[in-house]
Amino acid sequence: MAAVAIAIIRIRSLFAVVMLSGVYSLLAASMFVGLDAVDVAFTEAAVGAGISTVLMLGVLTLTRSYEKIPVHTPLLPLLVVFLTGGVLIYATLDMPAFGDPNAPANLHVAPRYLLESGQEIGLPNVVTSVLASYRGYDTLGEVTVIFTAAIAVTMLLAGRAKFGPAANRRPGNENENKDENEADAGGAGAEDRQA
Amino acid sequence: MRHHRILRISAKLLIPFILLFALYVQFHGDFGPGGGFQAGVIFASGFILYGLVFGLANLRKVAPAAVVERLVALGVLLYAGVGVAGLLMGGNYLDYSVLAKDPVAGQHLGILLIEFGVGTTVAAALITIFCHFAGRERE
Repeated sequence: MAAVAIAIIRIRSLFAVVMLSGVYSLLAASMFVGLDAVDVAFTEAAVGAGISTVLMLGVLTLTRSYEKIPVHTPLLPLLVVFLTGGVLIYATLDMPAFGDPNAPANLHVAPRYLLESGQEIGLPNVVTSVLASYRGYDTLGEVTVIFTAAIAVTMLLAGRAKFGPAANRRPGNENENKDENEADAGGAGAEDRQA
Repeated sequence: MRHHRILRISAKLLIPFILLFALYVQFHGDFGPGGGFQAGVIFASGFILYGLVFGLANLRKVAPAAVVERLVALGVLLYAGVGVAGLLMGGNYLDYSVLAKDPVAGQHLGILLIEFGVGTTVAAALITIFCHFAGRERE
């Protein structure tokens, strides 16, 4: 995965970058399968490797296929990234070991979900019970995020003729906005599944 | 894509199975991995494959913009409506236990309905987004 990530940073051909990010998602999905999180792996494979790649390719037909060489030096961003990464790694030192039965996360509501959802909800898949029933509000919010993303893309792209002349806007700007919406929608879904 | 006969025929063969698998994931999510979100994505990918191979105009014939955009809202409404139905039948918002006489059966019904709402919204939203991206001219 690290090799793919470095390749994504180094390569300037955007087509190769889109393909490699699909590969990265697929690797992440197999990692989730290894961690026994099949539902998350499913989402990652379908959204990350499938739909996002297709949407990115769609965007690629609208823009140039090579990334510009940046004018600034990468030193400051590199410093920020290393500092943030260092702080995050430092924070993980205090965390309980992976899968520790005495970790706070495994003592709070998890035992109840695992032991009693069979009687209360009656579903063999505890992930579905938690997402759809115990944390139904969360999932409702998640669906609303996707709904909002669809509305936003529709307004940005389809409503342009109605809301103003195209000449005043820079096409590059709009492309960036769309990508952000897209990333938000996919990201929120994947994160909620993990939680 | 008119000349790519292998692509067209293999896409035609694949699409029914993609849609069938999406429905399986949708309604079998209670028992195995999966659920509305994943099913919606897979269902949408069937349509997107059709759009990629047979062109946007044909996709628009199969999934008209007006219908798909209404389905985006309908899924959220179904989800929220299940919550309101719980309120009307004397429970809390999104409490499915009151939807049927037996609480466990109520939970089953509620989860089935809201997962269907999730699947509808996700599939329709992704088809909408794809159509808008693919429908843009290069500037």
